[in-house]
Formats: sequence, structure tokens, C-alpha cells
Amino acid sequence: MSNSGQGRATPTAENVRAHDDGKSAQAQKRPERSAAQQFFHDAAIKSADLVHREIIRKNMDSYFVAHDRGRSRFADWEAARQRCHEIKREAVNNLDKYLLQFEQNVIANGGKVFWAATSEEACQYVTELAVRHKVKTVVKSKSMVTEEIHLGLALEKVGCDVWETDLGEYIVQLRNEGPYHIVTPAMHLNRQQIAELFRDKFSEPNLTEEPEELVAAARRKLRKAFFAAEMGISGANFLIADSGVIAISTNEGNGRLTTSLPKIHVAVTGIEKILPRLEDLATFWPVLATSGTGQPITTYGTLIGGPKREGEVDGPDEFHVVLVDNGRSNLLAHKEEREVLHCIRCGACLNICPVYRHVGGHTYGTPYPGPIGSVLVPRLEGKEFEHLSYASSLCGACTSVCPVKIDLHHHLLHNRRDFTEKGSASARERLQFRLWRMAMQSPRIFALGGWLTRRALKMIYGFGLTGTIADPMRAWNKGRERVPLPQKSFREQWKKELKNGR
Amino acid sequence: MLEFPDSMARKVSLFVPCFVDQLMPQVAVDTLKLLRRLGCDVYFPEDQTCCGQPAFNTGFWDDSRPCAERFLRVFRDAESIVCPSGSCTTMVRQFYPELLKETASLEEARAVGRRTFELSEFLVKVMGLTDVGASFSHSVTYHASCHGLRELQLRDEPLRLLKNVKGLKLIEMLRSEECCGFGGTFATKFESISVAMGTSKADSIAVTGAEYVTAIDPSCLMHMQGILSKRNDRAKTIHLASILASES
Repeated sequence: MSNSGQGRATPTAENVRAHDDGKSAQAQKRPERSAAQQFFHDAAIKSADLVHREIIRKNMDSYFVAHDRGRSRFADWEAARQRCHEIKREAVNNLDKYLLQFEQNVIANGGKVFWAATSEEACQYVTELAVRHKVKTVVKSKSMVTEEIHLGLALEKVGCDVWETDLGEYIVQLRNEGPYHIVTPAMHLNRQQIAELFRDKFSEPNLTEEPEELVAAARRKLRKAFFAAEMGISGANFLIADSGVIAISTNEGNGRLTTSLPKIHVAVTGIEKILPRLEDLATFWPVLATSGTGQPITTYGTLIGGPKREGEVDGPDEFHVVLVDNGRSNLLAHKEEREVLHCIRCGACLNICPVYRHVGGHTYGTPYPGPIGSVLVPRLEGKEFEHLSYASSLCGACTSVCPVKIDLHHHLLHNRRDFTEKGSASARERLQFRLWRMAMQSPRIFALGGWLTRRALKMIYGFGLTGTIADPMRAWNKGRERVPLPQKSFREQWKKELKNGR
Repeated sequence: MLEFPDSMARKVSLFVPCFVDQLMPQVAVDTLKLLRRLGCDVYFPEDQTCCGQPAFNTGFWDDSRPCAERFLRVFRDAESIVCPSGSCTTMVRQFYPELLKETASLEEARAVGRRTFELSEFLVKVMGLTDVGASFSHSVTYHASCHGLRELQLRDEPLRLLKNVKGLKLIEMLRSEECCGFGGTFATKFESISVAMGTSKADSIAVTGAEYVTAIDPSCLMHMQGILSKRNDRAKTIHLASILASES
């Protein structure tokens, strides 16, 4: 089986259904739709998809049970959150110092560090490395930053065979999709769908739906790739400044194979992943595992401190760390929004988010979906993704679970304010709010406006025009029954009857 | 527990959210009736309009600010300000200080915020009541509206009041803390998502079999009623104030 040509780009509900082996997802994306239009389109389909809703509901319900149990294992979960918040604040506010310290220590350990200002620079560094070493096969362990910078696609362009080795990532790669979720990439699929996929892709028509059998089938494929690969690419959950090591949390062991079997190991990660001290992991590892899956700690906690040393048998000959900025330092410069860089990518905010659970991970059209994506992506990627900051009811559930205490839903409010200030809102909306503001400055105009609106709506409804272009409430009335219209407002009743009552 | 002077429990200025005034006046009428029954001297400042939240939440802070300043002028001399909405109370108490951060009104905003209460919060924390002498012989399930729950930390107050209503059978809802999907302008800007979230909530309500679903936020109720009616579901929405105002 060849993996080439399976470039993965921004997935959408539509190209997921219409996936085709030979083409990249990007080629299938309809060019005439903006990211916002695509979002509205996919959101409408997904949020009405009851099968999807049920799968996610079931998966999330088991996560919530595990998450509750996990948090109860802590003597004081709130204190752990606060501690993580403070360590991250220290790290992010001294990012310059800690990153340089990290670099120094990586070099001292025999590794190389590349500072990538943009995703292009990061991809170029890795692809040049691959070309220079005549790399044919690349194995990857899970990394959201490589999704962000589309590294897989870049490597395929220079002729590499790229294998995702995290089982969930491998499944979505076979489907030519991006990850549905930052921790559990294939959570939108049930095992029937996975069995069908494997039967088809592996030409093993007799595979059953037994999880053990499916895992074994995937392993047979992946083991070959591990042994063939000349380059292994991983992410990093944490970069430890005082010791120059990277920390990786995985559950399948693929991370260790990826980072130790091939002769080159490249860790690609965001600059914000820094922790000042090795001992900080004592707090962050259990907090990450608990928030991510409810586990006390992930199955494999791996610390990597450089390439194979003299006299050592295992490990790569070369160890590279690619530190990706890609817009992060813009956030760093923004005092109010800086704490968004605290994020440890645990996925807790996605799981609790009712919007995420109804529209699904792919609808966001970015590798970082859910609340953290809606805060972060418009800041990293720009105007094209601003709509994500509005696609929230501001319920605040995300903020209540964030293990590093990012004030997520209030950052959405700040994003909206900043986007409006720099003129992103439509002229129509600006005018609407200007008129609204004028009306609200006069109780008379407000009362008259309210009275007229109720009369007008009664007439429109009376003429049977509900939901038509003449109905100003048509967006409301589409999926809901009309709001009953009272004869008198409260203030009219107050003036006439209630004021002097007892 | 905070201590409040007696006069705050007696002299009440009603803060009626703009859409309640125009579309759901019964919520305000019942709030008034209830507070008067409990012996409060209730006044409705007629110069009030909107707290400014729609503009604030949509990013139009410059258009929201005059509303906030107007609110502060209107309620400047009020002893305590009571509102039958967790969301609008949140706007005043939590968001005014941020909205008016760099203006001369900041201190005033903080002071007025400290005197502004959501209804159930006022009854329990300021008046020290959990039994308001209400009677309502129906089965009721409670939806925890987001702003009251997560911005004002009102988790138990409404439930304590409901548990003391004569004849009321309280049935707990699964996922009662999950957002109903209203979200202000979100409800129409992202209509399909909002309605989908509303139908999930309606499913949770239906499972309880309750005759009524109640909440402290009229906006959630307006949205949920729209969904419930569209589905011809049995449950009806009712604001907490209307239950507490009932005397069988």
C-alpha cells in the first residue's frame, strides 16, 4: 500500500464524504467558498446530523466520567490548575529567556535548533533535511503543529512517503481527513466504520470489527513503515528550558518508535510549549493526562535529550528541534491576550463545548477546533477565520474546565471587540448598531420603537408572511416557533396600572 | 456570607431587561408582584432602556458604552437594583468595569455593580429568604442558565427557592448546566447551531417528563419555548419569578 498522494489539508464535512484517494483534500475544496461560508455550510449539515450527535454524545459522556474521576484523584484540583496557570504565566512572560536557555541546552546535548518564523520556513527546513538525507519514508507521531503548518503535504511534495503512526491519526489519514479532535483524532468514527475502512484500504475483506483485530491490522502496516523510515517527526508536549529536553505524552508507544528508530528525529513544536524546569512536569504531566483523557498519567511519558551518544546503541544520529512561531509572537505582544499561549492542547475545552459537539471538529476548517481554536486561529491565521470568534454562545463552560485557567470565553469577547475596532464588521451591522445605540439613548424612542415593532410583526404574521423576506425575525423563526407578542410592554403597564399598586 | 444593610432589602429599583419589557412583560410583572408581597418598596425607573449587552457581546463596545453610562445615570441613587435576568446582571456587574475601564465612570460602575442583583440572588443573599411563601402544584425541571451559573456563581440559590415552593415537584435534568444555545446575536447569526443546541436541551427536558422548565434567564426561556413549541413538546417554559409569585 502506498501512502503517497494523501496530502491532508483543511477538511470539510463535504470533502470528507466525497473523499477520493488520488486527490488532495485541498484540490477538492470548492474555491468559491470563503472559510466563513464553508463554516456556515458545514455547520448547518453537521448540527442537524443526529447520528453524528449521538456518536459524540456517547464518547463525551464516557470522557466526562473519566474526567470527573481523574480530577477527584487530586488532593486539590483547583490548586493544581492555579499552579499550572502560574508556571505557564512565568514561562510565557519570560519566553525569550527560557527559549534561549532551552536552545543552549539542546545544543549542549548534541541537538540542533531551528527557529521558524513562519510555517513556510519550518516546512522548508524539514523538507531540505529530508532531501539532503535522501529520505523516502517518514513516520510521524501525533503533532498538531505539523497539521497547522501542513508539513505532511510539504514532505509529500518532495517525494516522501508520510505515515501517521498514532492510530487515530492513521485512521483519519487513510480517510484523507484532518484530525477531528486534537487529542482523539478519530472520535467521530465508530468501529464499524473503521473496520470498513481497513477492509477496503488493506484489502483484507475478512477483518472483523473486534478492536484487537483492527489494531493488529494497523500495526502490521505501521511496523513496516517504522523499520523503513529514515526520518521520524514528533511534536512535543513540553520543552524543558533548564535541561534542554522535550517531553512527549503518548498512549500507544508509537512516539517512542518514531523518535528512536529512524536515524533522524525532528521535533516540530510551537514556541509556547516551554516550561522553566524539569520538576514542573510533576504537575503538568498528570494535569495534562487528566484533562485530556481522565488518565492519572499517560501510558508513555518520554523525555528526549538529544541524539544517540557515543557508546549508545539506540536512538537517532541526529536530533532537530524546530521552534515554530507562525503568529505566536503577535499574541505575545498583546498583553491582554498573551495568556492564550498557556494552552497545553489537552482538548478539555473541546469536549465540554456544546458548539463543538454539535458542529463537529472538521467544520472549523482548522487544525485547532473548539473554543481554543476559536480564540487562537483568528489571531494566528488572520481575517479569514474571524467568524470562529463569533460562533459561540459565550456559555463559559470552556473556561470552567481549562486546566491552565485561560479565560477562553472572555478572549472571544476581546477578539470580537478588536475585529470590530479594526473595521471587520459589515457596513450593515455597523449601521444597525449605530441606530440601535441612538434609540437606546432615549426612553421615548425605545418605547415607541418597541411598540411599532410589535404592531408591525403582528401585521406581518397576520398576513401569513412568517419566515418570508418581509419577516425581520425570519432567522429566529426558521427553527423556532414565533415569540408571542404581548399587547402592552411592561413600561406601559407600569404607567397605567402598576405604579401605584401594592 | 456578605452582610447587607436592611435598607437594601427594602428599597428596590427594578432593572427590567429591554426584551423583557417589550416581549415578556409578565416576567417583570411577576417580579414586581413577588417583591411587593415580600414587603419591598419597588420602583421602576422609567428612563431605563437597554444595558448594552447586545452590542458588547457582538464586539461593538463603542456603541455599548453610552448605554452603560446611561444605566449608571439612571440607577445612580438606587439602594439596590434587582433584575430577573442573570445575563443582564452579569453585564452590569462583571462587564461594565471592563467596558468603562479607561473612563471616568469606572468607580461608579463598580459601585453600581455591587448593588445590582439577579432576583434569586437578591432573595437568598440580601433578603435572607429561601421560602417566599409560593405555591405551584406542578412538576418542574431547572435549567442552569450560563451567565448566572458561571459569571455570577449562582448554583444553589434558585434551587433552594424552588425546593420551598408548596406543591412543586422538582425533577432534576440531565446535563442541566449545558447551554441551551441562545447566546444573544448568536441565536440568529448561527441559527442552525443555536437551534441544534436547543433541540438537545429539549431532549433533556423531555426525558424528565416535567410540565415546566424554569430558569433565571428569560432569554434562555424565550429560545427554549420557541424550540419546544416547534416540536409540540409537552413542557412549557416559565420564569422563576412567575413560579415564586404564584400563590396557587
